[in-house]
Amino acid sequence: MNNSLYKNLGFALLLVVAVLAPFGLYPVFLMKMLCFALFACAFNLLIGYTGLLSFGHAAFFGGAGYVAGQALQAWGLPTEVGLLLGTATGALIGLVMGLLAIRRQGIYFTMITLALAQMLYFVALQAPFTGGEDGLQGIPRGKLLGFIDLGNDMTLYYVVLAIAIAGFAIIVRTINSPFGQVLKAIKENEPRAISLGYDVDRYKLLAFILSAALSGLAGSTKALVLGFETLTDVHWSMSGLVVLMTLVGGLGTVLGPIVGAVIIIMLENKLGDIGNWLASVTSIDWFNTLGDSVTIATGFIFIVCVLAFRRGIVGEILHLLKRTSRGSTPSH
Amino acid sequence: MELFGIPLQALLSQLLLGLVNGSFYAMLSLGLAVIFGLLNVINFAHGTLYMLGAFTAWIGLSYFGINYWCMLILAPLIVGLFGIIVEKTMLRWLYKLDHLYGLLLTFGITLMVEGIFRSIYGVSGQPYSVPDALQGATNLGFMVLPNYRAWVVVASLTVCFSTWFVIEKTRLGAYLRAGTENPKLVEAFGINVPLMVTLTYGFGVALAAFAGVLAAPVIQVSPLMGSNLIIVVFAVVVIGGMGSILGSILTGLALGVVEGLTRVFYPELSATVVFIIMAIVLMIRPAGLFGKEK
Repeated sequence: MNNSLYKNLGFALLLVVAVLAPFGLYPVFLMKMLCFALFACAFNLLIGYTGLLSFGHAAFFGGAGYVAGQALQAWGLPTEVGLLLGTATGALIGLVMGLLAIRRQGIYFTMITLALAQMLYFVALQAPFTGGEDGLQGIPRGKLLGFIDLGNDMTLYYVVLAIAIAGFAIIVRTINSPFGQVLKAIKENEPRAISLGYDVDRYKLLAFILSAALSGLAGSTKALVLGFETLTDVHWSMSGLVVLMTLVGGLGTVLGPIVGAVIIIMLENKLGDIGNWLASVTSIDWFNTLGDSVTIATGFIFIVCVLAFRRGIVGEILHLLKRTSRGSTPSH
Repeated sequence: MELFGIPLQALLSQLLLGLVNGSFYAMLSLGLAVIFGLLNVINFAHGTLYMLGAFTAWIGLSYFGINYWCMLILAPLIVGLFGIIVEKTMLRWLYKLDHLYGLLLTFGITLMVEGIFRSIYGVSGQPYSVPDALQGATNLGFMVLPNYRAWVVVASLTVCFSTWFVIEKTRLGAYLRAGTENPKLVEAFGINVPLMVTLTYGFGVALAAFAGVLAAPVIQVSPLMGSNLIIVVFAVVVIGGMGSILGSILTGLALGVVEGLTRVFYPELSATVVFIIMAIVLMIRPAGLFGKEK
């Protein structure tokens, strides 16, 4: 009971913050955060609840972004159709990649997803419609359902918030459904799940497609918000970034990926300021260049998280809460 | 002279270039397989260590005037030492955990090292000239063979097959194979398994650095050369399976050649052909060509 109370409190607090945030902060920046939060949550559905580490999520995120961008810009389709097409693209790439990758277990699974995503990267690099190195520029926001003008940042913000919440609700519902329980069983002990008669491969594939589709939704929403789509989104470093967000927040925790995404995106944006501050405090000039070398900082956080902080922020908090509540009521 | 409408000289030179790339694939996937066998870690940093090898050679030449031949020995030693430090200080703590943490740690190392080199040297390549003794080309009558490329293939094959010989045919290799099967039992026989693990990682890393030095004159030395390669090598490893040393070598070479041929007949596909082959192999033989599922 206690646990779900904390959870609901957490949700409520997040919702209040999310609704009020654009009055204090730049809405486009917040929307980018929301997209990445949804992306990380979708990714966490696989790693945290099914035990599959995908290193190819950039393919769904970026691939969907390209298709949505193309649909809105070149084909002039309505905004909601563009987003749906992007989501469907994510699901489709997920279906193909999933069918191949779940044929192998463990670390091979990871390598296969990475390799297939890299293949998609080369396709995006060479295909005529993606604009190669320049990417897709000037994706129009259009009008949602024909009458809600998304040109206004505030309007778009609440639409994106609604999309993120809907995606998040789907994930939470999935985790708590019987289907989600089977996924957890697969994560804990795959041979046992097989011996209990579950068609493990089918469950894995479904989880993979669901995660891919939601990543696609996040990717196409991001393309809509920023108005452009570039190769960065399909590059392997994007797959790494979403792993990092989830790891920082806490693998297999419901709120962790959101916290992780917020922190990493803030860090990416503010790293220059942090560097300048560090330089003024320590008077080491090199810190001034920190803003240009996000990868070094990202790599460093990766190493620290893996070595010393594997539960992540939310995971660590939950662990503390569990310990204190166990301490106060020894009968449980 | 023409073959399938392609000038024979062009075909053969692409074939040789494919063989050169294939030897890099072979050396890197061999190192990955040896490391994975004993440490259960997929070394994402392998490409970065290859880059470090090339950079060490370049730094040695341009700052200290140490020539290619010395660096061919020195660079693997220096980078291997770096690998040993990484193993001793970081990887060591992850052996009891899920494989994925090893991958994530080495991924973080990749980002950091690559980021540092990028902030110093930028993304453009640094030229490294071919050593004097291997300048020029030999005319074989049916083709002109660039000496350096021939040397790369010969040197890598020698190293690969020596590694195979040591692992499959000597006592040291027997310890190593036994350690892969059952480290606890091997330790009970009085063999220092942690030391063996450290040295194995150092060796795998040195192999990557050696490949990097060999590659320096062929491709330009750039901070990005490693991460571009490592993903292809992962695909090679998936295709070959990591169960067999000889399998890794052969798969690496063969895929290099296939890639070279694709560059002749259908250049648009040359960047993706290895991944396509991986997909096909996964459909037909999910465990890989030489693999046994672990």
